[in-house]
Amino acid sequence: MTNERWIKAAPWLWTIGLFVVWEAACKGLDIAVFILPAPTDIWAAIVKYWSPIWKNSLQTLFTTTVGFLLAVVGGLALGLAIGWSRAIYAGLYPLMIGFNSIPKVAVVPILVIWFGIGTVPAVLTAFLIAFFPIVVNVATGLATIEPEMEDVLRALGAKKMDIMLKVGIPRSMPYFFGSLKIAITLAFVGSVISETVAANAGIGHMMLAAQSQFNVPLVWAGLVALAVLGIVMYAAMAWLEMRMTGWAHRSGRN
Amino acid sequence: MTGFVDLNNIRLAYDGGDGTLALDGLTMAVQKGEFAAVVGPSGCGKSTLMKLATGLIRPQAGTVEVAGKEVDGPVSVAGMAFQNPSMLPWRTTLKNVMLPLEIVQPHRRRLKSEYESYVARAESLLEVVGLKGFGDKFPWQLSGGMQQRANLCRALIHDPALLMLDEPFGALDAFTREELWQVMRDLHAEKGFTVILVTHDLREAVFLADRVFVMSARPGRIIVERQVEFPRPRPIDLTYDGDFNDIVHELRGHIAEARAAA
Repeated sequence: MTNERWIKAAPWLWTIGLFVVWEAACKGLDIAVFILPAPTDIWAAIVKYWSPIWKNSLQTLFTTTVGFLLAVVGGLALGLAIGWSRAIYAGLYPLMIGFNSIPKVAVVPILVIWFGIGTVPAVLTAFLIAFFPIVVNVATGLATIEPEMEDVLRALGAKKMDIMLKVGIPRSMPYFFGSLKIAITLAFVGSVISETVAANAGIGHMMLAAQSQFNVPLVWAGLVALAVLGIVMYAAMAWLEMRMTGWAHRSGRN
Repeated sequence: MTGFVDLNNIRLAYDGGDGTLALDGLTMAVQKGEFAAVVGPSGCGKSTLMKLATGLIRPQAGTVEVAGKEVDGPVSVAGMAFQNPSMLPWRTTLKNVMLPLEIVQPHRRRLKSEYESYVARAESLLEVVGLKGFGDKFPWQLSGGMQQRANLCRALIHDPALLMLDEPFGALDAFTREELWQVMRDLHAEKGFTVILVTHDLREAVFLADRVFVMSARPGRIIVERQVEFPRPRPIDLTYDGDFNDIVHELRGHIAEARAAA
């Protein structure tokens, strides 16, 4: 029982421990603030610059979410199309591999040429980077329908559409919701990259501005804001996954 | 030939005719209401036979007739069950059993308006196979034997005239298997459908079937037809009987020959 309690407390203890060690190292070794600010310095920066951090966080959250939602819609549609037809799969797959192998940061300059500096490139970068894992996961879910199940239904006169609706789509949902955790993280990476390169708002932009003013605690405060946002979005997706496809995670509850 | 299921001089190769020859010159006829078992060495195309009779694949030569009509596409008069119960994990057992009703006409049309009576039908079927009260459990909450019982219910829910079984009891332990043999025996006696059972298990074939068809090694055809005359209902103790074992031995001999010839 005590062991159980230790396991429950572990995440908190380790997190607190990390900050304590960090603080002690900074103070004890007398590390300069512009090399590595101590947690207390970062906290002070967060309090001092709360308003810009909050505003820029909302901007990053906004671009990430919009890009992510676009990726969900597009990824789901393309994943279903690819899983539906082997001809579409054969045609699109090489293209997608090629497209996905381009580092998305390299696309940002093109997006800036098209749309100018600001929100749109960040949204689109988030979309482009988050889209691929959703497509692959949905298509995988569809492609791995048990052949026996398909035979049983086809022998009953089921059309392709019936098999998709009754088996394929519900079956690919755990893959889909699983991929959302990856996709939201990637979308976040995409929008921050784009904001850092070409934006006038967002955490990435704020960190770049702080860096040019040697405001190192604010740069680190930006990192903390990113970590918090990332955790919140990941947790939201993990919760959604549990909620929607609990049947696929049955071993824990049996 | 005037059977309920007529396979006439079938030739079938995989991959649209270019691949391995699976069946060649296969002829068999199963009468209406008959319980037929098909046994043979492994890889002889037994499972292919199932897909032929249900219209999932077409032969390159020969004809397949079910209920007097040439099969030119999936036949919805058939119910199928495989060794893998393939229950859908997001549906309850009851909803799994009712799945064919969402596909096959005329049930598909009536399902919404007569939902209650269909549920009653599914529940009574579950009761027959010994799953009373398990309808609202998810398949992964059931044991392998229970899932296979539910699988049988799913194959039978739309009252098919023909039941196709592909080693449905193959993955079960010996006791559960014998129990399910008896369930199958009783279902067949009660409903009177035609059954084609593909199996490796000769005791299973002899216990359940009116007639056992022995297939040759690939390319498969029927080499022996053995009538099994034991009166019905057959008690499970029959499987330990001398006469019973004589038939099993005899069949075993045929299959050994077929394997040696390959």
